[in-house]
Amino acid sequence: MSENNNMDRRELIKGLATVPVFGLFLVKLWQKMRRDAIKKSNILSNLVQENSAPAVIKSLSDSRHLNIGIIGYGGRGSHLVRGAGFATKGWTDTVAENAKKNKLDKQFETYMTQEDLNCSIKGVCDLFDVRANQGLDASKNEIRPGAKPRSTATRYLHYTELLANDEIDAVIVATPDHWHARIAMAAAKAGKHVYCEKGLTRTFDEAIALHDIVKETGITFQLGHQNRQVEANEKAKQIIRQGLLGKINLVELATNRNSPWGAWVWNIHPKGNAKTIDWDTFQEPSPNKFPFGEEALKRFFRWRCWFDYGTGLSGDLLSHDFDAINQIMDLGIPKYASSTGGIYFYKDGRDVPDVWNATFEYPDKDLTVLYSATLSSNEPRGNRIMGHDATMQMGGQSGGGSIHGFIVTADSESTQYKERLEQGIINTKYPIYTYSPGSKQIDGVTSATSRYFANKGLLYTYREGKRVDPTHLHIKDWLDSIRSGSQPKCNIDVALHEAVACHMATESYFQGRRIEWDPKKRALV
Amino acid sequence: MKNNLSGNDAYAGSQLNGLVLLRVLIGWHFLYEGVSKLINPYWSSAAYLLDSKWIFSSLAKTIVSNPTLLGISDFVNMWGLTLVGASLLLGLFSRYSALVGMGFVILYYLFAPPFLGLEYSRPGEGSYIIVNKNLIEACALWVLYAFPTGHVIGLDRFFTK
Repeated sequence: MSENNNMDRRELIKGLATVPVFGLFLVKLWQKMRRDAIKKSNILSNLVQENSAPAVIKSLSDSRHLNIGIIGYGGRGSHLVRGAGFATKGWTDTVAENAKKNKLDKQFETYMTQEDLNCSIKGVCDLFDVRANQGLDASKNEIRPGAKPRSTATRYLHYTELLANDEIDAVIVATPDHWHARIAMAAAKAGKHVYCEKGLTRTFDEAIALHDIVKETGITFQLGHQNRQVEANEKAKQIIRQGLLGKINLVELATNRNSPWGAWVWNIHPKGNAKTIDWDTFQEPSPNKFPFGEEALKRFFRWRCWFDYGTGLSGDLLSHDFDAINQIMDLGIPKYASSTGGIYFYKDGRDVPDVWNATFEYPDKDLTVLYSATLSSNEPRGNRIMGHDATMQMGGQSGGGSIHGFIVTADSESTQYKERLEQGIINTKYPIYTYSPGSKQIDGVTSATSRYFANKGLLYTYREGKRVDPTHLHIKDWLDSIRSGSQPKCNIDVALHEAVACHMATESYFQGRRIEWDPKKRALV
Repeated sequence: MKNNLSGNDAYAGSQLNGLVLLRVLIGWHFLYEGVSKLINPYWSSAAYLLDSKWIFSSLAKTIVSNPTLLGISDFVNMWGLTLVGASLLLGLFSRYSALVGMGFVILYYLFAPPFLGLEYSRPGEGSYIIVNKNLIEACALWVLYAFPTGHVIGLDRFFTK
């Protein structure tokens, strides 16, 4: 009997021998979850108030159909028109084909699932016949988000003719910078609402004049900084407002590019010639005139390489990063700006620098903003906001690396986080806050691998199944503002901040001295 | 008698101890891999799949680009790893779970094999050519399938009477 009992007990022990290990596992799991919870409650996730507005505002598209004119249907112009919901047949065919070849290529899907903004492209003006015809083609392409186009566009040879069409409510200005002010001012005077590409204008005086006319006429003006729609910037703003970086004295913005395309050496269209290009009109507002020929063709298609038509790195790339930091930190116009640089890599006849560094001083804010750009290195420096307590590293707006979100890392000498650093709750090696687009995760305790993917914006992007083009949101913001009579996100006031800051830096490069902004006289000193 | 694997004393003491220890350790590993994914609401197999190379890379892309397939992949991984882990640890149906577990690890291996010329953006935790820890774990699970122990030390004992 007792032998049987012993047998049964031995049976039971052997059968359940590993159950205590399972128990140990559960105990350890519980301990780890508790430890992570404590760790999490001590990182920024709990300090950040989750109250950011949704990226997409309530739709107003139903209320009123708007007729749009596009002036300058080039690379950027065509992207903006796609943002409004019109693409050429060639483009929709190509991206549809790409999507078939590569299932992860979501360009077509992203475009087709865009909101129908209830507008038409009514007029197209471009000085190059090929581009103008592409614009007409886009206006009538039935492959688009939403219903068939209501009407198709008419081509205008000169922008004044387009502006004379009373049916057109609003215009998108995506010409080279030297035309921005003239066209935008004429449009405002004609009562048309304006979406103008950045940089706002080619010169400082033009920026002031355009600002005043937009204010006088009361039209709805949007500057083409689509970063205003990027949720990461809103989140960054929230964190900085809450003082989680501590006192910020230095911001570093950077542009790194390393390709001929990135340096504006764009293709000269094979069909570009004296018959297809209205060269005289193109160069009408520029200080230096050239006869039509090889040099003119280069200048027409690669206009960003010359100060006659734009401001180089300043208006093209600094403007993006400046506007982003102005959006995040509400900086306004700096007191002083200085810049230096040179043409060190692309000795191809251009006159804009390819390496250029600028500093902006905000004495009343105890802050310096540093901008550094090179067109001959792809090193992804990104943008950094350096505070006494923590640093925010961002992907940057212009070739600043692949990080589309940002990470916040505590400073080893931080006062705010001193105790938590000493207790080992916060480690300077790991971010205390990671924001990656499409992810709601705010986490400092995930594995190195998932952090790596989060930083690259790879995680969760396909989870939601829908990506949105910020350019589309920016156009939508403008159209909704026209309908509601409200101010769009990059209105003329913030546009002037960007324009004046950039022109101060450009002026400094020309004059070789520090430029001061006189806010009372609204002048550069 | 020694070769009759279904017998109670099929293995010498150290053989049995070694096999049970191996089973428990692999079970623990699987269980935590599964549970850690279950308790993380943001975990997804997408990242691993996106970095896939070699013969299964296009299948991986198909899965990632289809929310339904990705959902299935996530579900199967989270629960599969957890159940296989608990089964090995407790010695319940452990022979079958060793086989299923082997299937999982071989798939992980094949979706991202450490072959010459395949570069991964995911940072590696070691240095491998052809042989990596996945391959070794798959092989160890094969051993556990071939030399089952659940019926000696484990809950399987109550079912094999």
